[in-house]
Amino acid sequence: MAQYFSRNADTFARILIFGGASALVSVLALSYLIVRSHYETMQNVPREQPVPFSHEHHVGGLGIDCRYCHTTVEYSAFANVPPTKTCMNCHSEMWAASPTLEPVRESYRSGKSIEWTRVNDLPEYVYFNHSIHVQKGVGCTECHGRVDRMPLTWQAAPLTMEWCLDCHRHTELHIRPRDRVFSMTYSHPQNQAELGLRLVKEDHVRSSGELTSCEICHR
Amino acid sequence: MKEQAKYGFVPLEALTASPSSARQWRSAAEYLNAPVPESEQFDEAGVPISESSRRRFLGLMAGSMALAGLTGCTRQPTETIMPYVNQPENVVPGNPKYYATAVPVAGVAEGVIVESHLGRPTKVEGNPDHPASLGATCVLSQACLMDLYDPDRVKEITREGVPREWDAFEYEWTQAVGALAGQKGAGLRILSETVTSPSLGAQIQAVLKKYSGAQWHQYDPAGPHSARQAAQTVFRRSVNTYYNFADADVVLALDSDFLAFGAGSTRYAHDFSARRRRGDRLDMNRLYAIESTMTATGGKADHRLALRYVDIERAARHIAAELGAASAGSTADDPHVAWLSAAARDLRAHKGSCIVIPGEHQSPEVHALAHAMNAELGNVDKTVYYTDPIEVEPTDQVQSLRRLTEDMNAGRVQYLLMLGGNPVYNAPADFQFEKALEKVKTSVHVGLHFNETSLKTTWHIPEPHFLEDWGDTRAYDGTVTIIQPLIAPLYDSHSQLKVLDAILQWPGRSSYEIVRAYWSGKSGAQDFEQWWRKTTHDGLVTGSALPAIHPAIRNLAVPAKGTAGGALEVVFRPDVYLYDGRYANNVWLQELPRPMTKLTWDNAVFLSPATAARLGLENQGRVELRRAGASVRGSVWILPGHPDGSITVDLGWGRTHAGQTGNGAGFNAYLVRRSDAMWHGSDVELHKLDERYPLATTQMHQAMEHRPIVIHNTLEEYKNHHDLAKQKEHEPPENLTLYPHWEYRGYAWAMSIDTTACVNCQACVVACQAENNIPVVGKEQVLARRPMHWLRVDVYYEGGYQAPTAHYAPIPCMHCENAPCEVVCPTQATNHSSEGLNNMVYNRCVGTRYCSNNCPYKVRRFNFLLYQDWHDEPRNLQHNPDVTVRSRGVMEKCTYCVQRIREAEIKAEIENRPVRDGEIKTACQQVCPTEAIVFGDKNNPSNRVAKLQAESLNYSMLSDLNTRPRTTYLAELRNQNPELKKGTSA
Repeated sequence: MAQYFSRNADTFARILIFGGASALVSVLALSYLIVRSHYETMQNVPREQPVPFSHEHHVGGLGIDCRYCHTTVEYSAFANVPPTKTCMNCHSEMWAASPTLEPVRESYRSGKSIEWTRVNDLPEYVYFNHSIHVQKGVGCTECHGRVDRMPLTWQAAPLTMEWCLDCHRHTELHIRPRDRVFSMTYSHPQNQAELGLRLVKEDHVRSSGELTSCEICHR
Repeated sequence: MKEQAKYGFVPLEALTASPSSARQWRSAAEYLNAPVPESEQFDEAGVPISESSRRRFLGLMAGSMALAGLTGCTRQPTETIMPYVNQPENVVPGNPKYYATAVPVAGVAEGVIVESHLGRPTKVEGNPDHPASLGATCVLSQACLMDLYDPDRVKEITREGVPREWDAFEYEWTQAVGALAGQKGAGLRILSETVTSPSLGAQIQAVLKKYSGAQWHQYDPAGPHSARQAAQTVFRRSVNTYYNFADADVVLALDSDFLAFGAGSTRYAHDFSARRRRGDRLDMNRLYAIESTMTATGGKADHRLALRYVDIERAARHIAAELGAASAGSTADDPHVAWLSAAARDLRAHKGSCIVIPGEHQSPEVHALAHAMNAELGNVDKTVYYTDPIEVEPTDQVQSLRRLTEDMNAGRVQYLLMLGGNPVYNAPADFQFEKALEKVKTSVHVGLHFNETSLKTTWHIPEPHFLEDWGDTRAYDGTVTIIQPLIAPLYDSHSQLKVLDAILQWPGRSSYEIVRAYWSGKSGAQDFEQWWRKTTHDGLVTGSALPAIHPAIRNLAVPAKGTAGGALEVVFRPDVYLYDGRYANNVWLQELPRPMTKLTWDNAVFLSPATAARLGLENQGRVELRRAGASVRGSVWILPGHPDGSITVDLGWGRTHAGQTGNGAGFNAYLVRRSDAMWHGSDVELHKLDERYPLATTQMHQAMEHRPIVIHNTLEEYKNHHDLAKQKEHEPPENLTLYPHWEYRGYAWAMSIDTTACVNCQACVVACQAENNIPVVGKEQVLARRPMHWLRVDVYYEGGYQAPTAHYAPIPCMHCENAPCEVVCPTQATNHSSEGLNNMVYNRCVGTRYCSNNCPYKVRRFNFLLYQDWHDEPRNLQHNPDVTVRSRGVMEKCTYCVQRIREAEIKAEIENRPVRDGEIKTACQQVCPTEAIVFGDKNNPSNRVAKLQAESLNYSMLSDLNTRPRTTYLAELRNQNPELKKGTSA
């Protein structure tokens, strides 16, 4: 009787079985890595803008407070990008002829908005509210990083749900006294755990059980 | 028999028999305990059970899995932020702004406050300071945004279909009209709808002054023609009548749907229901309704009598005679004498605190009788008020249009300026307006849409929506509101004020300048700027309500019309949502189920089971309606509680040039409506056609299998047994469950719905739709049982099919403590929040629909298709930015307006205080005219909701399932006249 399978059949089958299994694992592992990679999250990727605005210069160098431009951060869910007029407050006098700033002047002349590229962009089904975070002692740098060291702005945090929940589960590790919220240089002290617990109590920060309810962020 | 089962036809004789038991039912099949017809045998998904093979199923599954996997590979697209160049003061991106204005619903104002997100109006709320609103709105005001964002709105000026510029129109028009100056403007006619706007009235009168030969005609097909005629007969002058239901103990509605339709209905519903909700409920009012079709008001009545249109006049005369307000008619042989006499006695016992209200479409005779009765009962100045008319120039509009048509035919009209309206579509059929229009040299139509009339005119000028331009208008009691715009006109549009100004002066002024100029002369204020700012801010001109007048009754001897009944009469009524057809292209209104029939996307020929049996007609069968040489074809709908020997048809349907939404929906009843019978004709014939036409009704969606949904009783029994609701409710012990116990320490959000107060106006359904970005699905999808409304108002009937009692129950998600949906979700997409909300997390949902299967209240909705207008400008401008716009394959449901909860909680936390009672209002609660819905924290005993849930009338729906819903109901009470034992009589 003729052989149905050649001598190589066993080897072939083994390669197929083990190879297939490892290929599957690699595909899964690869997709997991891609999803969390900076390529996908855009973390640490400086974004090109119509005007190469430097936070490093304006915040780090000149020491302008966050709220000079992002005026609504304490009252609104959305921390606004300033209107062209805010830029022109200074730049009608300073660097008034700089070719780099031409898009700003052009916008002011024509009345058309500057189209800034959004750096920190959450998915549409996530409803983040700046005002409550600022109110409860979450510093700007906690999410946005040291913008005073960013020549071009990038997204400092991965902005994944896991990252959000990390803080919502352990608020005491991330909050600071309210008067230091807008400080760029503040760093959490040695006794953060202790201080954090005190602040959570004083500022009526909600419990992790409440803060991890889905409807806190999704609606 | 097979055919019968397929279309849900049931033997009609059975329906006309007397009732078998007191259980609740919703349709003929349920009434007879018949098997569910095949056409209604859908699985929960709404898809007719299909026959595709297992192989095909596996193939499709594999394909969709692969595709689903691929969607995970996309990167988030780059977005841009475009800030203001000069940010206006007070604008905070992310926080909405609110402006007061008014919705002119068919010319009569309802004061509203409109929410605007960075210049986009997204939601209409009532204006608490406005007398017609008191913070609530009617359905039509809620839905006006879909007119603003209607993609079919006309976008440019056209002359005979060719796009032109405003300058070209202005030049040609002023030249043409200027040439008439020699003849004092003879040959110039203006045709408008009912004008209540003072500045528009002044503008028209200025034109008439300048051209003394010109004439002004008005025509509104569904306006209060009878009331105007009756006032002329009785008082020999024009009056405006309005009512004060807050002080009315007994109300007699003569074919009036005052709770859900018409000028002032929002206020009326509020005041009426306030008298039924009040504290101990012991001074509840009583409503008698006599009506020619089943309406929301009739369903609410404590005693309802279904009579033919012609018989209502006789019934009214009988009551009036008993009250001594009119001479007796021939009512001795009337089978309803006992009913009518009991109502008359009740009215007489409440002199000065009762109301007789006639329906707008009832005959002038009935209106006259109502005036007489109210005078006799001493109601004037107590519950019934007369004022000068709110219209600028009240006229007999049918005669006005008749004169115009005659003059057009005689060649006496050279230039016709039509300010809104659609007479080619809705003028009485015998006028043949379209033919007459051909004889006019130049005609101009100003309107929001390029409709049937625009098609026949020389010029069409696009009109701005009222949210786009300035104006003014009056409410039912005369209160004036300056209409302020919220958004710059989306298209090149020119208001009626501006078009008139073009023939008055050069250069013409803008609407803003015209309205301001008018009021600067009228305000009488020292500082006009301050007056203007206050008035626009408040949304009404303080003290502008018209003062009460006391017109003397000149002629009480109202002649009885004595119309012979005929074998079959037809009653024309404006559609409750499309009105005279002007809202036909409004997607929300098309899909909103009509209060009593739950029909969507179509009108029908409504008749009673006995009439259907007599004529051999079946439900959803086609008939031809013939009258005076004209005919129209429609589908039959057998309506519980409809009088015999009568058919009712709704106007406003069958449009041909409404737009993609309105075209072809329903049939056009105007084709058989003639000037001699605007509301009622006794000479109609119905011819059965051998065709069927399916009607999309939601009445039998989400069937609840005969379970007692609405618990109700009479006020009398309630006085004796306060724990009525508890007696009927079978709630198992709280610990009889496998669900873990959870202590809510913070807020525990809950809702209470008062079924006694609800009048089934369905404003809540549209408000929910507007607030929560709920899509419209279309007729086919409604037929497949896939409507998306998160909130529905169920109608349950009890008693005989011919004279049933109706019960209303608004049904949102119950937010069960022991939620059956949560435990079956494989992805935890639906789960419980720390405040007891039943969350629905769209981005986790994979669409198994197990939750919906397991929901006993059937409140979950599944996005079978891509219903949303994602990129469909301008409709997507209406989207609420605080709510996710859901995609295909996702389950959704009522969230208790979680975005509003979040907003209020964040605001409270920033201000370092707890959320106040009443601070959070859900969209349905805010819009509800009757305050039937109350939302709040049930953990706080001082909250209104906690108090209501502690009332003895409180009950949970389907409590025997031990789901422990957060949404509970207050049992319905009816205040029946002890003289009339049964709830209804017929």
